[in-house]
Amino acid sequence: MPSHDVLVIGAGLAGQRAALSAAEQGVSVGIVSKVHPVRSHSNAAQGGINAALNPDDTWESHAFDTVKGSDYLGDQDAIEIMAREAPEEILHMEHLGVTFHRNEEGKLGTRAFGGASAARTYYVADITGQAIMHVLYEQLMKYSEQITRYEEWFSSSLAIDEKGECCGIVTRNVADGSMELFQAKSVILATGGSGQIWKPTTNALICTGDGIAMAYRVGAKLMDMEMIQYHPTTLAGKGFLITEGARGEGALLLNKNGERFMEKYAPNKMELASRDVVSRAEQTEIDEGRGFPDGTVALDITVVPKKRIHEALREIVLVGRDFAGVDITREPIHIKPGNHYTMGGVKTDVEGRTDIPGLYAAGEVACVSVHGGNRLGANSLLDTLIFGKHSGRDAAARALRTAWSKPSGKVLEDEQAMVDDINGREKGSGRRVSEIKLELGQTMDGKVAVFRDEAGITEALETVRRLKEEAKTAYIDDHGSVFNQDLMGAIELGYMLDCAECSCIGALERKESRGAQFRTDFPERNDEEWLKHINLEKTEDGPEISYSEVTITQWQPEARTY
Amino acid sequence: MAEYTIKVRRYQPESGEAAYWEEFGVDLDPSLSVLDGLLQAKDREDGSLAVRCSCRAAICGSCGMKINGKSGLGCQTQIGEAQELADKKSSAVGGASEGNVITIEPMGNMPVIKDLVTDMESTHWTKIRRVTPWLLPHGEPPEREYIVEPESMVDITQSMACIQCGACVSSCLSMEADPLFIGPAALAKAYRFVGDPRDAETAERLTDLAHDPHGIYDCTHCFSCVDACPKGVAPMDQIMRLRRKAGENGIEDPNSGHSHEMAFVKIIEKKGTLDESLLLQESFAPGVLGKLMPTKRAIKEMIGSIPVAIRGIKTGKMRSLPKLIPGVHHKLPDQDDVKAIYKHAEEHNEEFNLYIKGEEGDEEAAVEEGLEPAAAPGAEEATNG
Repeated sequence: MPSHDVLVIGAGLAGQRAALSAAEQGVSVGIVSKVHPVRSHSNAAQGGINAALNPDDTWESHAFDTVKGSDYLGDQDAIEIMAREAPEEILHMEHLGVTFHRNEEGKLGTRAFGGASAARTYYVADITGQAIMHVLYEQLMKYSEQITRYEEWFSSSLAIDEKGECCGIVTRNVADGSMELFQAKSVILATGGSGQIWKPTTNALICTGDGIAMAYRVGAKLMDMEMIQYHPTTLAGKGFLITEGARGEGALLLNKNGERFMEKYAPNKMELASRDVVSRAEQTEIDEGRGFPDGTVALDITVVPKKRIHEALREIVLVGRDFAGVDITREPIHIKPGNHYTMGGVKTDVEGRTDIPGLYAAGEVACVSVHGGNRLGANSLLDTLIFGKHSGRDAAARALRTAWSKPSGKVLEDEQAMVDDINGREKGSGRRVSEIKLELGQTMDGKVAVFRDEAGITEALETVRRLKEEAKTAYIDDHGSVFNQDLMGAIELGYMLDCAECSCIGALERKESRGAQFRTDFPERNDEEWLKHINLEKTEDGPEISYSEVTITQWQPEARTY
Repeated sequence: MAEYTIKVRRYQPESGEAAYWEEFGVDLDPSLSVLDGLLQAKDREDGSLAVRCSCRAAICGSCGMKINGKSGLGCQTQIGEAQELADKKSSAVGGASEGNVITIEPMGNMPVIKDLVTDMESTHWTKIRRVTPWLLPHGEPPEREYIVEPESMVDITQSMACIQCGACVSSCLSMEADPLFIGPAALAKAYRFVGDPRDAETAERLTDLAHDPHGIYDCTHCFSCVDACPKGVAPMDQIMRLRRKAGENGIEDPNSGHSHEMAFVKIIEKKGTLDESLLLQESFAPGVLGKLMPTKRAIKEMIGSIPVAIRGIKTGKMRSLPKLIPGVHHKLPDQDDVKAIYKHAEEHNEEFNLYIKGEEGDEEAAVEEGLEPAAAPGAEEATNG
């Protein structure tokens, strides 16, 4: 049985950072990813990473912007840690080799981003996530003696010992289909979000909520699962992302009458208000008939100097050309709000610890919560690095003081039985897995999106529960061992449905409008009753609801305007 | 919506059968991608069709494949355009003997695991690891950031834009001839460190890559990688930068790669055209002195080249007198244009890559270049040697 002090599942920014941080403590580390690490979705983070590194800026200002952005649902102790440690982390990444943009003096240069009171976003053109992730992967290759990479291993279950502590994982080698039980003293989930529950989404096909569901199934609490970000600028239909950096560089949002409509919704910050604010503004314009016939509004990047576009927004030039047939330097591009980010997730403390000893979570899979009701642009990369680092360090410390616990072979037998069951279903015994995924995506995008109400969410929840039943008999075509993506897709569907159910329950429960959750039947924020986190725990009868306090250190809730 | 037929090269390792072609009918908007077509076939008809994919937006680098014989990303190729290309190809071979369908194959220069899934670990990633792919700075890092020229970061960001999809490796003709060639992706990665002012091992890296018989001088300037790259990395340009830096650092490589390039530059400067009969001696024994007092190595290399010459004569590649006898090859009548080109090249020694080009002179031209990553500037750099 392969055995590591610390096992990390997922190899995006959070996972790789956690692995490196754990290895620094001298423990043996394994990093397991269902895709090759550089394929991870952190790649898609275009615009940059926030830090109050400039001498004129302060971490308090960064923290306050984040608190306000979160609509006061973020935990301020965690936000303080993130904002305080951000400058050091950016410098660490720079020292490892990230090719950050420089100003004329050769120092790190910044760009403006949404919801921020200072230009504090550090960036590499518009490939910031990719640039940082590839540098971290360089470090994984460098430290290959301390960190064993399991590339293309699909994890399906967490092993819990009789004391209720996490002691390993069951994972499948995609290349040959062999299932194995890996032993560990600490397991860190870094599997990303659950965006694939929505269709369309900016998220990659791999973002199926694996870690959220795996943790939930072994009894870890999930938190604020209703908080789902719709990004203001995505391509209609296809869901591709146009970076907020475009607006940071000066691009405008216009309705079909050519009006700069943000004047009405956020007269001070205009296009650079928080994402939830901008998305609602766009959706209102569209719903009230001031959008284009294809259900969009326009993003006008032509106001940005061409030189600057080519230097700083090159990826967007390519996205416009390849996926919309639009030359963004010459004409506006049609965009709309699209599913983008899971603010909720596995409930953790500031060291990444979940409710289950030995189980950690970091990055989008986790809910610390630094994003609360709405994440600010360029805070996601920061979240992955800071809490990846914390999780790795604490997981290693735990491993150093903990004795080995041998995971029971039963968990492997159960997983094998689950796989055999899926493989054994006859063609035509039920629906195709792909059909169920499609219905799920359309339902969630229709009913649990920018604007929500009780009737819609209830309908979505009923659909999700029906689909859960249908998934039990859904069949696949591939019954082989080598690279069986069909089988993995069926297992992922199970993860997605668990996450979807929790998002619906959370959205139904929170009877107020805060951050990304806008209830048309409860259109106001209600601090008296709802300034609290919604926790969900698995029971036989579905998710059980409980609440936890929001940590407030120095910023009392205020009215939120931009 | 439109109907398309995609013809996929399939290989199911557990069936015991050899690779075969299978056609799928798909129905989608022409602006959607070839990958969307494959996923539709997979979703609706056959879930066992294996293809790596994730982001669908040309960022993750998973879906490298050959479409109508050309290496690229499935998600970045619109299916309507792929069909137009298939139609053109079909009419070029005189009609629809095979029907003008879109063909999709796994990437080349790599073993196939299943259908469109290739073994990148044993080829691509092994080569990447060959170039010591991490920063080797000198001593402890500074308290704040390294202060570097802004342009230097932009310059290597072109290499950082590589998404490791393998399309360049798939299309590399040199690697087809020499599977040990380090190859376009890994060498582009190497430039990312050689060009990085924070890296302290520049000379060591260059010496290593110049001395390796499968290193920087193994590239034959065919441009396939530049053409295949979905991100405008232009791997061949990065290889040429490595060569230039190796030359600037005075690295004597046992492959005589640098002196061979210098021989090209010199002969063309003199004659305006390539006198191949001079190439060999200029490469190994340059100048009058080289010929009067040839080094031991020059003699060895010249003798070693005799079989190549004989083969050239036999196959007809080296049969005419100007190709055999040094100096007989004619000069171009008007040398002024050649001189002007050399002068321009020398004056513009500073290189600009695609990320910086947006700042250069004519804005309209910059836009065109920005939109066409594989455009002419690369060609100029290559012939400059």
